[in-house]
Amino acid sequence: MYRLALVLATLVYLLITGYLGYVAYRRTKTTTDYLLAGREAHPYIMAMSYGATFISTSAIVGFGGTAALFGLSLLWLTFLNIFVGIFIAFVFFGHRTRAMGYNLDAHTFPELLGKRFQSRFIQVFSGILIFLFMPIYVSAVLMGATQFLTVNLKVDYEAGLLLFSAIVALYVIMGGLKGVMYTDAFQGTVMFVGMLSLLFLTYYRLGGVTQAHEALTALTPKAQEVFGAMGHRGFTSMPAFLSPLWWTVVSTIVLGVGIGVLAQPQLVVRFMTVRSSRELNRATAIGGIFILAMTGVAFVVGALTNVYFFNTTGQISFLAAQKQVDSIIPLFIERTMPSWFSILFLVTLFAAAMSTMSSQYHTIGTALSRDIFETLTGRKGTIGLSRVGTSIGILLSTFLGWGLPRFYGAGSEIIARGTSIFFGLCASTLLPMYIGALYSRRITKAGAIAGMVAGFVASMFWFLFVHEKESQVLGLCHALFGRGALWGLPWKVVDPIVIALPLAALVTVLVSRFTQPPDETHLKTCFNGLS
Amino acid sequence: MLGLHDFWIILVYLLCIGSTLLCVVYGLVNWNRGGDGVQPEKILRWEKEEEELTE
Repeated sequence: MYRLALVLATLVYLLITGYLGYVAYRRTKTTTDYLLAGREAHPYIMAMSYGATFISTSAIVGFGGTAALFGLSLLWLTFLNIFVGIFIAFVFFGHRTRAMGYNLDAHTFPELLGKRFQSRFIQVFSGILIFLFMPIYVSAVLMGATQFLTVNLKVDYEAGLLLFSAIVALYVIMGGLKGVMYTDAFQGTVMFVGMLSLLFLTYYRLGGVTQAHEALTALTPKAQEVFGAMGHRGFTSMPAFLSPLWWTVVSTIVLGVGIGVLAQPQLVVRFMTVRSSRELNRATAIGGIFILAMTGVAFVVGALTNVYFFNTTGQISFLAAQKQVDSIIPLFIERTMPSWFSILFLVTLFAAAMSTMSSQYHTIGTALSRDIFETLTGRKGTIGLSRVGTSIGILLSTFLGWGLPRFYGAGSEIIARGTSIFFGLCASTLLPMYIGALYSRRITKAGAIAGMVAGFVASMFWFLFVHEKESQVLGLCHALFGRGALWGLPWKVVDPIVIALPLAALVTVLVSRFTQPPDETHLKTCFNGLS
Repeated sequence: MLGLHDFWIILVYLLCIGSTLLCVVYGLVNWNRGGDGVQPEKILRWEKEEEELTE
């Protein structure tokens, strides 16, 4: 009975998604429709699409499970997600990005940067960065989603992977960004309902907000028993200052993922999809509420699972789930929630994965067709070309998700690190130039290029040789120097963004200072209507 | 407060809610502002260029 209800709910969900994809296909007539949803997205659609793209299954299940280990200190990430990822992004980046993108008739994030600095190299380099590194991030989302599909619908892993990819591919290739955003808005709504229900049911099960938090605080000795050596001081306390756990929470999670969001190409492009600043103002309100309901709920519930597992099994979540962090949230839901909610939650997770993947596919495709191919060949783009680019991007990502773990021992682990690698690279390589593009008339083409290359090289060096989580998996450091990371604590737990981002910013400013300022007429065009 | 005792955790719990309220208040206050960013003649020119390209 449960299986039947689950299959039916999934089918209804897929039918609605398919219908929205079809509507988008009918409404996609021009390249601007395909690349920028015709620059006329409704604020609700824009905000929900931004949020649903931002939040993937791993943000709910993976980071929710991590919150079961680290406790409520992870809420600093939620705060940054809302304050930086929505408020700062929309108010200080969104309005200018929209206006400048419109002034320069830019259709993608790399195109905006390239046209702003009058550099084909910037557009092509950013396009290649997206095309080469984003598929690993997509594979991470794809693999996570497929695992849920196989466990819950009893589908073969490879069949699930192909099926999932094919469904998303269909509406992305045919409907372009309209297809992505219409379906995102629906999927975001499903996610919102699912996560709010999860929060209310969890607090209700644990006797209310205060009682649940008190019970979590009471588990401090148990947490210290397991994680005390790393600096854990309980699930409702911050880790000990400068302890390895503190560095992990602050540097990797909070700075890496929290700030990295500002230069994500698939998110930045959404600012250019609305007609005017008014739509962005309205979307800010909707986006803030949405993100609180996503990571805020996931982290609070993740931490609170410890109370439930301790009350029922005498163990904290980490041990009750046999040290499988990704299993904590699904196990908690399976054991505590009514079956109707399990179905809703599963559909929520499918929606979270599909909404993130569709935007990534679209961004990879436009990077290949618009930013690399068109820029290098000088050919003007058509919808057909964008569709071909998107199809190639989808094939590449699906192949990585299927092939990497199969042909390469550390393939699965590389994919698991894909999100942080991509976030880190984008922030360090693109963010200083992006801020300069929007706010400074003094940043030069040479400065932007130097900063971009410095950020990329420093990030890659840190990923390959210093930050142990990645360097160990990538294996180059071990092959050359016989150890997993070049240096010990604290460096090996310091996220690349902490080093590479300031360095890239410094190089951008310094080189700009000693090179020829940009042409005044071009600057007037860029900053038309902006202060 | 709310069963929490660590200053930094209470702070971040409130900051999460506070930053959401900031987004909501900003959105509501500016609900009807900034609706004049588009020049129709520019859009028409782009559309014409795209039509020529398709032909």
